[in-house]
Amino acid sequence: MSWRLLRPWAIAMLVGVTLFPLYWAAVASFTPESQLFGQSALAPTRLVFDHYRAVFNERSLGTAVLNSLVVAGVTTLLCVPIGALCAYALARVPFRGRTLVLTSVLAISMFPQISIVSPLYLLLRELRLIDTYTGLVLPYLTFAMPLTIWLLVGFFRQLPREIEEAALMDGAGQLRTLWAIVLPLSWPGLGTTAILTFLYCWNEFLFALCFTLGPERYTVPVAIALFRGQYQVPWGQILAGALIATLPVALLVFVAQRRIVAGLTSGAIKG
Amino acid sequence: MRRGEARRGWLMALPALAVIALIALGPVLWAVWESLYLHDLRMPWLGRRLIGLRNYVEALSNPRFWEAIGHTVAFAAVSVTLEIVLGLALAVAVDSMTRGRGVVRTAMLLPWAVPTVVVGLVWRFMFETPTGLIWFADPLAAWVPIVLADVWKTTPFVAVLLLAGLQNIERSLYEAAQMDGATAWRQFTGITLPLLKPALLVALVFRTVDAFRVFDVIYVMTGGGPGTATEPIAMYTFSVLLENLRFGYGSALSVMIFGVTFLLALVAIRLMGRGALVEPAP
Repeated sequence: MSWRLLRPWAIAMLVGVTLFPLYWAAVASFTPESQLFGQSALAPTRLVFDHYRAVFNERSLGTAVLNSLVVAGVTTLLCVPIGALCAYALARVPFRGRTLVLTSVLAISMFPQISIVSPLYLLLRELRLIDTYTGLVLPYLTFAMPLTIWLLVGFFRQLPREIEEAALMDGAGQLRTLWAIVLPLSWPGLGTTAILTFLYCWNEFLFALCFTLGPERYTVPVAIALFRGQYQVPWGQILAGALIATLPVALLVFVAQRRIVAGLTSGAIKG
Repeated sequence: MRRGEARRGWLMALPALAVIALIALGPVLWAVWESLYLHDLRMPWLGRRLIGLRNYVEALSNPRFWEAIGHTVAFAAVSVTLEIVLGLALAVAVDSMTRGRGVVRTAMLLPWAVPTVVVGLVWRFMFETPTGLIWFADPLAAWVPIVLADVWKTTPFVAVLLLAGLQNIERSLYEAAQMDGATAWRQFTGITLPLLKPALLVALVFRTVDAFRVFDVIYVMTGGGPGTATEPIAMYTFSVLLENLRFGYGSALSVMIFGVTFLLALVAIRLMGRGALVEPAP
């Protein structure tokens, strides 16, 4: 009985705890540097845009945002069509070795990025691709491609089989069925997959840190991780940058949360 | 018909598999090859000499290597335990909600979607004091903000996974148990836990594999310091490769990391059975 009364409060508190760090960071990014650690840190008396102005004018965060958009966008555009083709075959076309392929893709998606940094670095150096967009897109494919395939296999398996079978029965080929029947039904799944792939690329840090050399090619996470001050840590600017890095992914979550949850859990619960 | 179908299946899968083979499997094999050489980009006059397993011997006899392994295992054990326990509690709480689930779900997804670098920076800021770095100056205390940041980011995600599992459990089971006078705790241990086992296992496996490659959050919070007190294996390898430019030795480290994770992953996939698939962890 008492739990019933307490529950809304308990949950409100949990939500509060979850959002508190983001709230503090957001407030701090508008707080004058001198008040950041003072008494009024959580409710400053004055809000300023200085830090945001500084990250764009002095730290060229605009370039980093552009770099991130290009690299994450291109990787997503490459992965979704190629991955969809593969995922459809894995989900629907019965062919020998399917399980092995699925298991390998899962195993590859689990392997640590650091374990391929050394050969990728040597390869990109040989091809003179260090510090270029291509030099980031190629490494990003290593985790984005398995991710896309996984999400889409889960999605394709949930589509009703009957429609496709009817089309196949009518003599439409596998590819034709995919193009004319499955694809139009799949926009939600493809969209969610694209959003998640973009999100992982946008957030990626290790590869971007290893394969770029300067602010010209830094992605957003690398740029803000390397903000340095002359005498002290420029917290206001770091948090302003952090907020800018978070904004796109927060928007995506707001827009597509229901679908994201469905995409993430489609495989997990079917067992 | 069947034969043609099978060939078409392979053809459709081929482009993606070729990409994966070329840029993911290829580099792994190259790393194995490279690990047998003395290859130091800072001392090009040494050339690239075959030295057999000497890079591995060097790693295994290096205390910093073992410390980094210890840090990684300890971090994984503590943070994953916290995340599973708290995630389960959170999932059960949200599952019993009748209204406002959408708001809660958004709040839960947000930390997971925030870039890990941002999570690390924000938590470091919250633990920073204007006078000095009390937390980050102590070899043991420095772990507290790191683990908290990781738990904050991932617990809600674990909860989302478990929540999906919870919602698959038949309500009638609970009603029947209630009729028989089973307490809430008895229902939890008798119905919820056993039926949630597959989902729990999936969450456990993915979080563990993911915790073993921890890098981003520690890089921005402590940089592995003070000294090397919070240096995980991924960061040690990073510094060998990109700061010391010792590619032979660094590749040996990479191969060992890869080998261990791969074994873990295989065991995990076996445990889960073929059907249970889920997305790779962030």
